[in-house]
Amino acid sequence: MGVRTLIPEEEHILGGNRACPGCGAVIALRTVTKALGSDFIVVIPASCATIISGKFPATPYNFPVLNMPFETAGAAASGVVAALEVMEKDDITVVSWAGDGGTADIGLQALSGAAERGTNFIYICYDNEAYMNTGNQRSSATPFGALTTTTPTGKVEIKKDLPGIMAAHNIPYIATACSAFPEDLFQKVKKAKTIKGTRYIHVLSPCPTGWRVDSSLSIAVGRKAVSTGMWILYELESGQLKLTGKSKYLIDPAKREPIEEYLKLQGRFAHISDEEIELLQKIREAKWSKILSCTE
Amino acid sequence: MPSEGYKNGERRGRGKGGRVMSQEIIATGNSAAALAAKMAKVQVISAYPITPQTSIVETLSEWIERNAYPIKARYVRVESEHSALAVVTAASATGVRTFTATSSHGLALMHEVLHWVGGSRLPIVMAVVNRALGPPWNIWADHTDSLSQRNTGWIQFYADNNQEVFDTVIQAYHVCEDPEVLLPAMICLDAFILSHTVMPLSVPSQEAIDAFLPPYKPEHAYLDPNRPAVLYPMVFPESDLGYPGYMDFQYARQRAMEIARRRIDEVDKEFEKHFGRSHGGMIQPYKCEDAKTLILTMGTLASESAVVVDNLREQGYKVGNVKVRVFRPFPNEELRNIAKNKQTLLIIDRNISFGNEGALFTEVKGALYNLRQRPEIFGFVAGLGGRDVTQIQIEKLVKNAVIATEKGETQENFEWVGLR
Repeated sequence: MGVRTLIPEEEHILGGNRACPGCGAVIALRTVTKALGSDFIVVIPASCATIISGKFPATPYNFPVLNMPFETAGAAASGVVAALEVMEKDDITVVSWAGDGGTADIGLQALSGAAERGTNFIYICYDNEAYMNTGNQRSSATPFGALTTTTPTGKVEIKKDLPGIMAAHNIPYIATACSAFPEDLFQKVKKAKTIKGTRYIHVLSPCPTGWRVDSSLSIAVGRKAVSTGMWILYELESGQLKLTGKSKYLIDPAKREPIEEYLKLQGRFAHISDEEIELLQKIREAKWSKILSCTE
Repeated sequence: MPSEGYKNGERRGRGKGGRVMSQEIIATGNSAAALAAKMAKVQVISAYPITPQTSIVETLSEWIERNAYPIKARYVRVESEHSALAVVTAASATGVRTFTATSSHGLALMHEVLHWVGGSRLPIVMAVVNRALGPPWNIWADHTDSLSQRNTGWIQFYADNNQEVFDTVIQAYHVCEDPEVLLPAMICLDAFILSHTVMPLSVPSQEAIDAFLPPYKPEHAYLDPNRPAVLYPMVFPESDLGYPGYMDFQYARQRAMEIARRRIDEVDKEFEKHFGRSHGGMIQPYKCEDAKTLILTMGTLASESAVVVDNLREQGYKVGNVKVRVFRPFPNEELRNIAKNKQTLLIIDRNISFGNEGALFTEVKGALYNLRQRPEIFGFVAGLGGRDVTQIQIEKLVKNAVIATEKGETQENFEWVGLR
């Protein structure tokens, strides 16, 4: 029996949401909520997820959601957790669902605080690599070279390593995932649900609108992100790093597809020079060396 | 120093509703706030230390950690005031009674979440120790911090003694949790003058508090997997399918403030029945009935002014004092009623809205504008950043204002008191 058949058919995101066609974030959230199953509460700070939530009084979210200000995902989850503890409702999983802006930038302090306190919740960052809700401005999670409206000639800094920062908090479970690999994401959320303490999952979620990709290629570009080794799927459990999914087979650099395969699908890299591609390759290799050094 | 009869020990205090066991202690304003939060059986507390609020949250943290707290509760030790208010917001939205406390820069950092809480219609109670904002750095009494937040949709109480701090925290939960109100409240107390000064405090028994304040049982929207709902979603300018639009929600908040105005008075009266003490509801007048001149102040300036009233009455002046206890909702009607036949009004602000004047002065003038016969109104800014405001200064202000009124002179602009 394949893993695919383990993903339940029951939908927690109902038809008629306000996401852009091909939105990686909503594909990821659909998978995440299926893995959470029942008895969960989601905290959503200002993000695309706020808009996808729909126009009052309608909503596609068939689960309890607390909308909160931009920088509060970590703190607000702490409040829900504290209240549930007092009420002795121990069977409810609390999840923060925030974008890369809400996580890597404006919400980093509150997230760090919540993790340092060992707050019993799952924090999931859906990373579309820019402030997409406001129309594609750079975030600290935007990769080197990418065009955004505030980096009109390409970003000159490299992407912030959020899972690495979370690892420094010594929390029991960290994982990376990608919306284009729902089975991998599903299993990680399932596992995270069984662990106590702060759990952090960072999901690369292609944004066809911002990445300038045809909406029919949302999954394809996510798969290329992983097959080229530009995004690495792994789990970090009690200090032990383990590659997962397709990334397991890419330890040999020769197995990784050329990064052009990933870049050429996206308008945000259309301008990129050969020197910049070379630099992106170096960034990729440095990242792999760092990750592999943690598996030893 | 506490006066005779206020030493630690138990006595029977009499309320109209029967005998209530109470304990007489001496306590700082901060201790009074912490004790009230504990006796209100607050379930989730989150706060970040800031002088001069710190001892409120230190005390609560210690009680919870050392199991000296009456119920199961959580104290969340956050990394900022912004997070502190986000924690209690989320906890309140999950359905428990919550408390936080801050001051000055901490309150300023909360600004965004203050609006969020007001719009979320969550009955959060917060002690605000009124302190000046920098620069230059200053940790002393000043109302600019909380008055800067007057448009955030919070009820604002200003206390003038430690008993009132204690009683108002208890009263505030009663007002805020009313299903027709569902608004948050700040209990404001002056830095050091109350926060760090010991005064006699009559502490009712836990049973008596419980009888006055039932446990919080939310019936409006809260987070529950058995009843999934999206709280605080996107609402458009226009209504849709007969549901409210953004503006209609704001109207509902204003209506709740109007109901709170009534409930604050009613709850103060209910409190008096239980405990034999009243704080006046929206305003607390002192010797106003036959007065020709009124002093209007907030916080501890009210106690100072009450002493001035007694002194001046001995000198033959018909003076009264009005403590504006609640700044939001603003006591428009109460002030109109009390000021309508008076000759002179003095408004002393411990705050300033730069480029205009003290906030109380502006709002009192607005409240009285539609009176057919308005008293002469004199505005003063005093005591910023903890500068002492003396009885002698206030006496002089009153005497000058009375003379000016008799001469038919009008104050052209507000005046600064005690500038060096």
